[in-house]
Amino acid sequence: MTPEIGYAATIVAFGLALYGSIASAIAGRTGRRPLVASSERAAVGVLVLVTACMLLLIYAFLTFDFSVRYVAINTNRGTPFYYRITGLWGALEGSIILWTWMLALYTLIVVVQYRRRHPEFYPWVLSAMMGIAAFFLLVMTIPAPPFERLTPVPPDGRGLNPLLQDSGMITHPVALYLGFTGFTVPFAFALAALATGRIGDEWITITRRWTVIAWYFLALGLLIGGWWSYHVLGWGGYWAWDPVENAAVLPWLTGTALLHSVMIQERRRMLKIWNLTLVILTFSLTIFGTFLTRSGIIGSVHAFTQGTIGAFFLGFLALVLLTSFSLLAWRMDRLKAQGELDSIFSRESVFLLNNVFLVAAAFTVFFGTIFPLLSEAVRGVKVSVGAPFFNLVNIPLFLGLLILMGVGPLIAWRRASADNLRRNFLMPTAVGVAAAVIARALGIANSLVLLCIAAVVFVTGTIVLDFLRAVRARRRSGDGWAAATLGLLRRQNRRYGGFVVHLGILVVALGVAGSNAWSLHTETTLGRGESAELGGYRVRFDGLRASEESNHFKVTGTFTISSGVGSRDVLYPAKKFYAQEQNPIAYVDYRLGLIEDVYLVLGDFARDGSQATIKLQVNRMVSWLWLGGLVLTLGTGLAILPDRKKAA
Amino acid sequence: MKRRAKFLVGGVFILGALGYLIYAGVSQSVVYFVTPSELMAAPVSGKTYRVGGVVQAGTLKWEPRNLALSFVLSDGKTTVPVRHKGTPPDLFGEGRGAVVEGTWSADGHFQAASILAKHSEEYKAPHDAASQPGYKELMRTLQGGSQ
Repeated sequence: MTPEIGYAATIVAFGLALYGSIASAIAGRTGRRPLVASSERAAVGVLVLVTACMLLLIYAFLTFDFSVRYVAINTNRGTPFYYRITGLWGALEGSIILWTWMLALYTLIVVVQYRRRHPEFYPWVLSAMMGIAAFFLLVMTIPAPPFERLTPVPPDGRGLNPLLQDSGMITHPVALYLGFTGFTVPFAFALAALATGRIGDEWITITRRWTVIAWYFLALGLLIGGWWSYHVLGWGGYWAWDPVENAAVLPWLTGTALLHSVMIQERRRMLKIWNLTLVILTFSLTIFGTFLTRSGIIGSVHAFTQGTIGAFFLGFLALVLLTSFSLLAWRMDRLKAQGELDSIFSRESVFLLNNVFLVAAAFTVFFGTIFPLLSEAVRGVKVSVGAPFFNLVNIPLFLGLLILMGVGPLIAWRRASADNLRRNFLMPTAVGVAAAVIARALGIANSLVLLCIAAVVFVTGTIVLDFLRAVRARRRSGDGWAAATLGLLRRQNRRYGGFVVHLGILVVALGVAGSNAWSLHTETTLGRGESAELGGYRVRFDGLRASEESNHFKVTGTFTISSGVGSRDVLYPAKKFYAQEQNPIAYVDYRLGLIEDVYLVLGDFARDGSQATIKLQVNRMVSWLWLGGLVLTLGTGLAILPDRKKAA
Repeated sequence: MKRRAKFLVGGVFILGALGYLIYAGVSQSVVYFVTPSELMAAPVSGKTYRVGGVVQAGTLKWEPRNLALSFVLSDGKTTVPVRHKGTPPDLFGEGRGAVVEGTWSADGHFQAASILAKHSEEYKAPHDAASQPGYKELMRTLQGGSQ
């Protein structure tokens, strides 16, 4: 029965969402309050029903109801308890439920937060969000029904893809989808602004926190994805410019541009069309990403099932773009900028340049990802571009962005005087250059790393300089050091939260530069008792043993790692044999460190345990990526603290 | 007007630089997707190819001591001899799909820099691994052999 109830709930929820969307649009046009109240009830209904769908599917997972196709594919009797719950979002159909559920939840938060505060926008926001929810519910009804039956009912399921049985895979999709769905709110407000013709900065001020939160979760999702790739896939990297990764990074890039360009509109009443375009693009890219990865038009290591779902997403994407840009064109006359650019040396220009770089990066990633399609359409030749393309084009852009990160927050609005530039940037530039020179003298020869170090030290210098100045100013008014620092962080939380986020990005940047420049790897075959050496580490193969785990067999190697310092450690990389896979899957073992990770993969082995082939890597500064994520989290938390003025 | 001209020049410069980077990036890293038949029809040494096919049964050779992997990739019509230095990836084996990326070598083989094993998300009836003689034997030899 469970599947039928779930399916019925999906259809009813779809009807409610569609009704709510239309009713609140009518309410928006006519101002009929009862209709708004009615769509609010529909929104509550949608959330309740989608929650029920999710619980029903989890119930099917927990009770091994293999008559449900999705359960049979993504779990089996040996699957551990928590992977039976997270199996919910282990594949497409369940991911769509999760997505829809988050959307319904966000819609309800919007209802609670804004029903009284912004009566003009509110019906339209509700209409847009429920319209989008209706689309996802339609997907759940036709192309990707999670409750589809499987006949005959198999005695056991196939089991969750072993690569997904990892803590990273529990959190990565959740964070990513919180990011994707989060951008729905600013998008809905932008549509409401266009529909009502109130195209001031209201929609921006209202949605700032939403944009920051969506941006943060997307960043977090990308980092967790990198961590998963690093410690599960066994190739020792965290980013491969795979189409699926690119699809997720695209809205992050345009979202980052949006976060910065709205500040220009708030302050100078410029870039209005641009900001609307960015929010439309960002939302569209979240849909495009799903289309790209789920339609199968681009080959990817992430083997996803194909189906009609691609056509649904493409159609919806076309609808979104057409509607939004028609509205934009219709309101064009009201979108005249009230300010203008006065000088190249101004905060406006630097922010604009930051936007140009970010959008250029987004464009090149987009271009590189769909290049196979373009080439096949234009020249009839199947080609693709790989990591070298993305690196070559993006490294200069990102280095440029790093430098702008230091310039933007300190340079004067409108027109920076020579004195302003000297006062703010002379010292940081000097320190940055000095750092690069010292690094060079210490033997760092890689020019990209040197540039990165210079940029990072420069930006850190500007942040420290700015903060110390502000603290000193508060000290003059009588505060102690601690009170001055805390007061400043609290009072200007948005500015300094942004700075902390910048610091997080700097830490990530150093990690990326360092790991690319200095990581070492080797591959070799060792007999029992033999050793290999790499980067000052000595790895000895001590033997193999086999064991039986809850849902797989495991062949584990024992390797003793010793370094020159005299420390000793044992690593146990393994091969796991799952019943549902014909070949084993590698289980990486590693020792993480601030400066370097020792990373060991068991490749192949002799059946009698006398010999093993290993991949040994000494990966440098990879941990900085995860540390950067932590700093990013702190900064975001600071940036979204409630405003103090309002509370008082 | 002068200010506008300055911004225009800057914009054109950035676009030009970006265009150049994209052009250079594409020409440096372009990879041609071909089938074994297409490759063997006109192999050009030095070009980077990505070839997809099935690993022909009985052709897989793996020498762990010198990390030499060789096999024949087939699309049912034509075959390509492939060599690779390194461990075969997970999910790689005879009779299974594989995608290799690398260059054609003038001495008549394909030198793969990387190998991707293809695996599908499609439903397969689960088989009982424990009942397979291979696993049992493996368990036995390892448990008895190395402790």
